[in-house]
Amino acid sequence: MSTGTGISTELGTGHGAGQGRGKGTVRVVHLYPREMSIYGDLGNTRALVSRLRWHGYEVDLVNHGPGDRFPDDPHLVLGGGGQDSGQARVEDDLAVIGDRLKELAADGVPMLMICGMYQLFGNAFLTVEGQRLPGLGILDVTTQGNDKRMIGGVALTTEFGDVVGYENHSGSTILGPGQQPFGRVRAGLGNNGNDGTEGAVTNRVYGTYLHGPVLPANPALADGLLRFAVERATGRAFEPEPIDDSLADQARTRQVARLLAAAKRSSRGRLGVARRGVGVARRSVGPLRGDGRGAKCDESAPTVTVSD
Amino acid sequence: MLRTQAAIAAGKVVRAASRLRGGGSALPGLVAEKVDPQLLAATIGRLPDGVVVVSGTNGKTTTTKMLVAIVREHGKAVFTNPTGSNFTRGVISAMLAEIGPNGRLTADLAILELDEAHALRFAKVVPPTHSLLLNVARDQLDRFAEIDHTARLLTSLAEQTSTGVVLNRDDSFVSRIQTHVQPGATVRWFGVDPSIADRLPELQEADVRFSDEQELPAAGPSDGLLKPLDDREFLVTFADGEDVGPVTLQQRGLAAMINATAATSMARMLLGEAFRPALATAALARVTPPFGRGEVIDVEGQPLELVLVKNPAGFTVALGTYGSTPVATMIAINDNYADGQDVSWLYDVSFESLRERGVALTSGVRAYDMALRLRYDDVVTDAVVPDLEQALDTFLADHWAEPKRIFCTYTAMMRLRRVLAARYDLPDFGEEATA
Repeated sequence: MSTGTGISTELGTGHGAGQGRGKGTVRVVHLYPREMSIYGDLGNTRALVSRLRWHGYEVDLVNHGPGDRFPDDPHLVLGGGGQDSGQARVEDDLAVIGDRLKELAADGVPMLMICGMYQLFGNAFLTVEGQRLPGLGILDVTTQGNDKRMIGGVALTTEFGDVVGYENHSGSTILGPGQQPFGRVRAGLGNNGNDGTEGAVTNRVYGTYLHGPVLPANPALADGLLRFAVERATGRAFEPEPIDDSLADQARTRQVARLLAAAKRSSRGRLGVARRGVGVARRSVGPLRGDGRGAKCDESAPTVTVSD
Repeated sequence: MLRTQAAIAAGKVVRAASRLRGGGSALPGLVAEKVDPQLLAATIGRLPDGVVVVSGTNGKTTTTKMLVAIVREHGKAVFTNPTGSNFTRGVISAMLAEIGPNGRLTADLAILELDEAHALRFAKVVPPTHSLLLNVARDQLDRFAEIDHTARLLTSLAEQTSTGVVLNRDDSFVSRIQTHVQPGATVRWFGVDPSIADRLPELQEADVRFSDEQELPAAGPSDGLLKPLDDREFLVTFADGEDVGPVTLQQRGLAAMINATAATSMARMLLGEAFRPALATAALARVTPPFGRGEVIDVEGQPLELVLVKNPAGFTVALGTYGSTPVATMIAINDNYADGQDVSWLYDVSFESLRERGVALTSGVRAYDMALRLRYDDVVTDAVVPDLEQALDTFLADHWAEPKRIFCTYTAMMRLRRVLAARYDLPDFGEEATA
């Protein structure tokens, strides 16, 4: 909806630390905010823009839509999840700017690609019908379409510590040999529900299925990306200001604890059989009685072939 | 028929038992449906003036109430399902209360609010004669997965509707359904006057399914368009001059006015020549906000508003509706299945209208996530208290001398309302507050 798509550079006028200007300007490019930002992924852009300001940097936010000229010299590139229809709308443009994105990725530009854009940054997407849709090949991953969706909360261990989010995807992603995952799954399903990996990282390009949106509740990840972006923008080291992240820390640690407890309960409930490998989604959360909503989770879920 | 009678008898017994226990509204329907799966067809399916289904993501409850009020004002006997039970079993449960043991439902027509997925299940048993399709927006994607999927459900509902559909001409997810109706079924539109079309984006999803822009369908003589006169007063205009209004609703906001326009357009289709603008105007003015949509509870002489929020469009509408009258505010976010387990959608809502006054408390299982969300819109939260009852106590104590408002997700609202109901005199869930 448009409350989100109209995200402007006026966003996050900033409070707390770092009101001072003059540390430099960081150009953040959000790919396809209209077509590929379902599940609140615009919140990632919002978080980065606010945090840059709080750290004392200026922000030049560029929303890149299909057919637009890709901006010169981006310092950070973001992409989100969309529906099949959104993905179909951006494919042509992605073919046009694909080589440029590959160059930038190889040159160390930090990027964060969520869900559908993560899949498009991989080698290919294989549909349920067996069709092979080529991706950009920036990340050495291949995604197989499934009939069932993987839905629920996720807790990971990553280079940025605990990371928490929410996955909602039907594609099952396999890492190529030597491809680093973004994180190790502690609760949830991750890339495919089998190998305990989640997402992928090459150079400074991060692909992940995590919505939530992922950055607000995981400020270490957000600032990790900003560190790379600021270095690229200014040629100097990142000079962060102290930011009070206590709300984010509370939100994250509570959710991690809940998810781990639920994962433990669920594995105990299956007599010690791990949930991994079950092609289907998720723990069932206690049905709400009395209004008929307690029916099984996937009763109204569609059979979708492509992603998120 | 025997089977139908047995089903009704069984359902009535369960209904009596569960009312004694003060419990569940859907169970009697479940039992009756088990005994006779064709119960709905044998009862509602035989009503002389047909079966109207109201569906879409947002505004079903409000619109259904308005439509029922207008049609009743014209002297028709209407069967409808109560708030919050928009599932087939809820419909049967409601029917058990009104039906005779012989299976006769004494009504001219049924007007039912049905959730998109349940509307289709219902249509399999009782194909609707009329459908009023409101909008398609993101709602609990962990359950429905895709907006496009919701659009397909509504399209399928329209395909199964025999006599007439009324569609939202401003929402291309809905207006594109035009080409899918049965041959011989009438298509009518509701929408907003072009003079206020610029206010729609805040309520609507971007439809990116097609590369061509959907053209705005032209309004015919019997298609209602919303024309606001000021913040509260409006007309529903028809090209043939049979305008409804001026009218002021008890519920505030643009979304409620659009719902009234939808209800008026469908009422006109149903009533045909018998439609009287003056009766519609009178009925709309008397409709009280449904439970949870701005329900006002008197707490020690001060109003406490409970506002249900469940998706970005709905929350945005609620903030827009109440933003002009800032009061002490609490926000309670749970993430149970009925709330939507994924709280990402909070980032698709702009909370800037709360910035000046701030938020007194956030509560619920995701209280910290809500406070964090507010922080990114530079809205200050005074306190974070995950426990709902404790938060309510603090909120009421700290702001006892002023009007208050709580925005809450479904299960948070149920819990808060139970606590409030025990202390103050509230009607049961699903029943009407007397205005």
